[in-house]
Amino acid sequence: MNQQTEQLSCQELVELVTDYFEGALPADEHARFEAHAKRCQGCGVYLEQMRTTIRLLGRLPADELPAGAERELLEAFRGWHSS
Amino acid sequence: MCRLEALRYSRAVAVVGSAEAQLVDALRAGDEAAFAQLVREYQPSLVRVARIYVSTQAAAEEVAAETWLAVLNGIGRFEGRSSLRTWIFRILTNIAKTRAQRDGRTLPFSALQDPGRVPEAALDADRFLDPEHPRWPGHWAVRPEPWPEDAVIAAETQGRLAEAIDALPPTQRAVISLRDIEGWSSEEVRNALELSETNQRVLLHRARSKVRRALESYLGEET
Repeated sequence: MNQQTEQLSCQELVELVTDYFEGALPADEHARFEAHAKRCQGCGVYLEQMRTTIRLLGRLPADELPAGAERELLEAFRGWHSS
Repeated sequence: MCRLEALRYSRAVAVVGSAEAQLVDALRAGDEAAFAQLVREYQPSLVRVARIYVSTQAAAEEVAAETWLAVLNGIGRFEGRSSLRTWIFRILTNIAKTRAQRDGRTLPFSALQDPGRVPEAALDADRFLDPEHPRWPGHWAVRPEPWPEDAVIAAETQGRLAEAIDALPPTQRAVISLRDIEGWSSEEVRNALELSETNQRVLLHRARSKVRRALESYLGEET
């Protein structure tokens, strides 16, 4: 384990994943994050699973609107429009 | 790709501006199809965001319905200083807060404005070795195992994913839904929910970490 991985533990890394994805880590921490993820198998898998999670969420169909709800809102719209 | 989706993916401000302006004009003219499209696109998100403030699904739906009326009544005065989406969600937030107050519900200010106050780890501490471990401090004790790709793409996994979202606290559910399911930018989510940059990230992180954990426990059973 080199010094870079010593500075950032796996336990710390999992808490920085979103900051990393969002580009919110300061440059030095960003570099330490990547250095750790590259040499640590467990963290590599963890990162991949977070990416997979986000990818799967992006494929979830957006909630369908119940037909009744849409009808009611459109009726309200007609009421508004004719008033 | 529907019109609102086009808005989401387009980075060209002029194009966004004109598509939105057309939509606003259509609404002002009483175009029912334009209104129906807007309702289909935003109603589920409106209800989800309203649930942050009010305690029941029924109350959230009432808040959303009230929001649509306020949108229609106010569209004549909409000046396009914010995006239509941001404007609609501001209206929703105000109505939801008023409703929560009327219902005597203490607003979840801490959940929105100070989510970091109560620590919440992405994983249980026992997944890691002791921080004082002489050789491997804070290293994995139980490493995550790669997920089998065929299980990842299976339809049941989508069901588990939806369940995991439903199980989240309302603020986390709203943030992850808007960001990862609806594809909003962090700035749009911050504007709609009146969140600071840090708090938006904290809520997103907690939500994603929990959803990953739910998938891990499900997909782990499969192997």
